[in-house]
Parts: sequence; structure tokens; C-alpha cells
Amino acid sequence: MSAEITYREAMREAIREAMTRDDRVFLMGEDVGRYGGCFGVSHGLLDEFGPERIRDTPLSESAFVGAGIGAAINGMRPIVEIMTVNFSLLALDQIMNNAATLLHMSGGQVNVPVVIRMTTGGGRQLAAQHSHSLEGWYAHIPGIRVLTPATLDDARGMLQPALEDPDPVLIFEHGSLYNVRGELSEHARAVDITAAAIRRPGRDVTILTYGGSLPKALDAANALGDHGIDAEVLDLRCLRPLDEAAILESVARTHRAVVVDEGWRSGGISAEICARIVEGAFYELDAPIGRVCSAEVPLPYAKHLEDAALPQVDDIVSACRRAMAGE
Amino acid sequence: MTEQHSPVDPEAARRLLGRMMLIRQFEERCVELYSAARIRGFLHLYQGEEAVATGVMDVLDPGDAVVSTYREHGHALARGIEADRLMAELFGMSEGVSHGRGGSMHIFDVSRRFYGGNAVVGGGLPLAVGIALADAMRGSRRVTACFFGEGAVAEGEWHECMNLAALWQLPVLFCCENNLYAMGTALARSESETDMALKAAAYEMSAWPVDGMDVLAVRDAAERAGDAIRAGGGPHFLEFRTYRFRAHSMYDPELYRDKAEVEQWKQRDPIMLFRSRCIDDGILDEDECQTLLEQADAVVDAAIAFADGGTVEPVEDLTRYVTSEKA
Repeated sequence: MSAEITYREAMREAIREAMTRDDRVFLMGEDVGRYGGCFGVSHGLLDEFGPERIRDTPLSESAFVGAGIGAAINGMRPIVEIMTVNFSLLALDQIMNNAATLLHMSGGQVNVPVVIRMTTGGGRQLAAQHSHSLEGWYAHIPGIRVLTPATLDDARGMLQPALEDPDPVLIFEHGSLYNVRGELSEHARAVDITAAAIRRPGRDVTILTYGGSLPKALDAANALGDHGIDAEVLDLRCLRPLDEAAILESVARTHRAVVVDEGWRSGGISAEICARIVEGAFYELDAPIGRVCSAEVPLPYAKHLEDAALPQVDDIVSACRRAMAGE
Repeated sequence: MTEQHSPVDPEAARRLLGRMMLIRQFEERCVELYSAARIRGFLHLYQGEEAVATGVMDVLDPGDAVVSTYREHGHALARGIEADRLMAELFGMSEGVSHGRGGSMHIFDVSRRFYGGNAVVGGGLPLAVGIALADAMRGSRRVTACFFGEGAVAEGEWHECMNLAALWQLPVLFCCENNLYAMGTALARSESETDMALKAAAYEMSAWPVDGMDVLAVRDAAERAGDAIRAGGGPHFLEFRTYRFRAHSMYDPELYRDKAEVEQWKQRDPIMLFRSRCIDDGILDEDECQTLLEQADAVVDAAIAFADGGTVEPVEDLTRYVTSEKA
């Protein structure tokens, strides 16, 4: 019975529901109100909730992210929107030195229940200051939870538990997902934000991925089926803390692993995932772990160059076939 | 900056002088304790600036919030945080306000709405804006007092926060402690405009300079600004012109300023000035002043004994307070 909905609309529904059920929740960021959100997520919410709760900010990332942190420690439940992950670097001091740190530094007194949402990822020819995937950097920091909703259900269902988390939560929305259209499953409300999810069960190789790379991994798994390879696709969903048990359990069954990450290979989250597998399932492996990451360049504008820089379905297929060959 | 002689009753005089003496004696003993290696890390002392914390805190209500800097022992003591738990924190003890996780630069006491203890210059400003935003959104008449040095005025966060607080008419009392040096860099070497109040006024908020060595002038200014903020007058900015008698931190050989300059400022020692005024005006006598000093010493002695008798945090608890503990 349910109508089709886009990822963008699912996110908007989640915000609307959160604001309706809790008057401590408000949305704050650049152009979230009159403009309707840089990517249209908050379109229409200003009329519904008014400018106090759908709060346009100046272009002052550090001030409004920090203000979200301050409001959170003083009893509110802010949702702060940053246009893109590249711009979040202007607020990195607040995210790292305050949001992630205040609880420990204060000996457990100051918890920070803020949710910070931002767009991430490439594939839209936006070049090197709007396209990077820095969620892996944030996953380096103790004290914050890093979520990467990749499905409509997660776009709809991750916000509420994120707001209920007493600690800071960062939500990374891949820009290529906003127009994905489909139906929500019946139990699409509050989802478990601690666990990875098997999006496609398989026996031969585990593709570990998240966010905007999930659709590519699923396409690759279907293509591999034509070659008689039964790939499992594990959606990590939460990059910090990683669901290590789910990772190790899947690899222990398939004995092969390919990590797909739009971040850069060097020092990235893919490296961390490989290390966890080596630490926890080394003797289960029948082949070296494969990695499909972005080329180590700032993302270029021209389409053919950008395509060449980002993980593509064929790259994932090739990496899985190499793993099957024991290479 | 003219000398004001507001009326002060004996009870208030004892309170103000006693608090300033407590801060001074506490800091002087910290020097000895640092030399004796009981206190480690960075230690930034407040001698010379006691009138600022004492005067401002005297007019704040218990429900008001305070955001402070890494030179915050004076703010903490003036806010009423027990010297015992403050000293225990400097000793890194379990009984410290931050359970030994914060140290000298990160004093927190949520029961007194004292939100640190920020050691990134300017980093507390967005927090203060957010705390005030939460109060404003709930229609509260509470004020957030935000302390920072004149060095913070060079930070981008300062400009973002002045703008945001004024734009949203938030109840923040910005307390600029202008002690003329950002660590070792004199104001004129770092600012094109050295009049801090003038800079703040450019953001359309009431701002004026105050003699930071005169505790009554500080108190009067804070009261006037606080009343205006509570009446809905938006943020106010006070530039307290003061001076730090000691080095920036215990590592500072003070190569950047003349000893004669320090001695000249010591002629306007805020404790000496206020004590003389109280005696000259017949509000307190010499014996009463001496008693206050002895009481301050006794509190500090007791604090050292308390910290000495403290217990260390168990190493097994190392990773506590990284994320909230579920109730």
C-alpha cells in the first residue's frame, strides 16, 4: 500500500516526525529554511514549524555547529545540517575538541546529545571541494557515533535513535542517494543504529561497504552471479563503533573479503576494516583481502576523470574475481 | 574607565575581598606545588586578574551558565566550586571535579552550570552561544557569561559568534579579559584595531571597556549588562582591562615584556586597591582584612590536604566517559 518515496523525502519525514514528537528538537544550518535545504531535504518544513525551529544560519560553520553543541548540553536536541563534509572541516574544532571530548574531559558530567548531518561523496561532477568522503576521518575519533544511511529505511529510521543517543552522532548522507526512489518497508521506523546489515546473503565472498557505495556493491554482486560467484554484501551502516562481530562472522563464512570505500585507501576506514579482519579472522581467509577505494587524487570535475577516480561496479567485480582466484 | 565609588556594605566587601584573596592564595600555592611536581601539565595562573572573575560572578544567579578558558581557577573559585575538588583535579585525583580527566585547563561543574575549562582559544564561544540559544528558545531569563582573553578576538570563531549572538539577540555576557598579551604576543602586534569594545560594537551590540583592576567597577558593569540582557537587550560585551602578574604558564621565561611594566601594573593590584579602599572608607579595618587573608590560607591548606588524601582513578576505568553510561 505504501507509495514510493525518495531518500530525500524519507530523511525529511524523519525530521518532521522527530520535531513533532519532541519540542526540544530543532533544525539549524545554512539555507535549511527559506531555501529549503541545499539538497532539498528540509523543503517545506519552515512553513510547518516556523523560523525558530527551522533555523537559517549565517555561513559560520564553527559557530553554528558549536551552538548546536551548546544547545545540546543545555537541554535541547538540535539537528545541525552542514552542506557538505568538505565544509565540516570549518567546524572540525567544535566536533573534535568539544562534541567528542567534553564528556571525558569533564569526568562524565557533560554529555552532548547533538546530531550533525552532512552530505558526503562524489559522482556529481562537483570537483574537489564538494565531493570527498571524509567520514572515515570522523570514525577515527572516540566519543562520536558515525552513521551512513544507505537505504530508504535507514534514511527514514536512523534519525530517531540518533536523537535518543546521549552522545554526538554524525550522519553522512551520500549525495548520489537523495534521488533514489522506492518503497519503505513496513518496519521502517527507528532502526538499530549499532549493527551492520547483510543486504544480500552469499557464500563465496563478502563485499564490505557502506553509504553511496552500497548500490554499486549490490550491482556488482548481481553481475558476479552471472559468473557463478555468490557474493554477500554487508552494509556496515555505522563506521564508529564498527560492528566487528558482524564483519568477522561474515568473513568466517565466506573466507574472502573485498572492502569498498569511496574514501582514499591510505589511512582510510578501509584500512581499519582490513586490520580488524586480519586481527580477528586471519586464519579464516582463503585469499588476500581486496580493496576498492577512490584514486588518491582530489576528485576532478570532468566526468570521465571523476568516474575513473571513484570505485565503480566493474572494479568491485574484478576485485571479487581476484579474491576468488586467490590473488 | 573613571574610578567609581559605588557604595559597598561590609558584608559585600568581605565577600569580594575574601574571594579575591582566596584566588590569589590558591594560585600562589599552585606555583609551589608545581615546583614540587605535585601539579603537572600546563598551569595558567590568574594572579592580577582576580577582580574580573570575582566581580562578574558576584552578580550571576545560580541558574546562569559560565563558559571559561584554560586560565579558569579564578572563575571556578569565584563561581563557588570547592577549592578541595579543584585542587584534587590539579593533582589528577578521583575526587577532582573532572575525575582527573581534565586537569588545570578543564574544570567542569555542571551542578553550578560551569561548562569548562576550554583550552582551544575561542572554542568556548560557540558553546556559550548555543547554551544561550537553548535558554532563549525556552523563554528563560538566564544569562550565559562567556570568558575569553583578548587573544581570542583574532580567531574567526570570535567574529562568527559575535555576529550570531547579535543577529539572534541571545542572552550572552561576553567577558573579554584583556591582559594585553596573547601568550607572548602583545595586543598591538596581533590586532589592527586594539580597542576590543569598539570591535564588538561593530556587531551591533552594547560594548564598553571596564577597569578590570577595580572589583566594584567590574561588578557594576556586569550588573548593568546582566540586567539589560535579562530585560531582552541581547548580548553585551565587556572589555575588562587587566593584567597577568605571573608568566603565561609555568614554561614561560617572559622574554616579551619588561619587568618594569609588570611592576607598574602591580601598583594597581586589584586586591591591594580594594583592601585600601575598604579601609580608607571605614568599611573594614586592618584586623578584618587580615582575618580574611588567614581564612583564605586555611581554605587552601585544607584543599591541599584534601587533594593529598585523594585516591587515584583506577586504570581499569581509563575508557569511562568516552560515551555515556546507560542508566
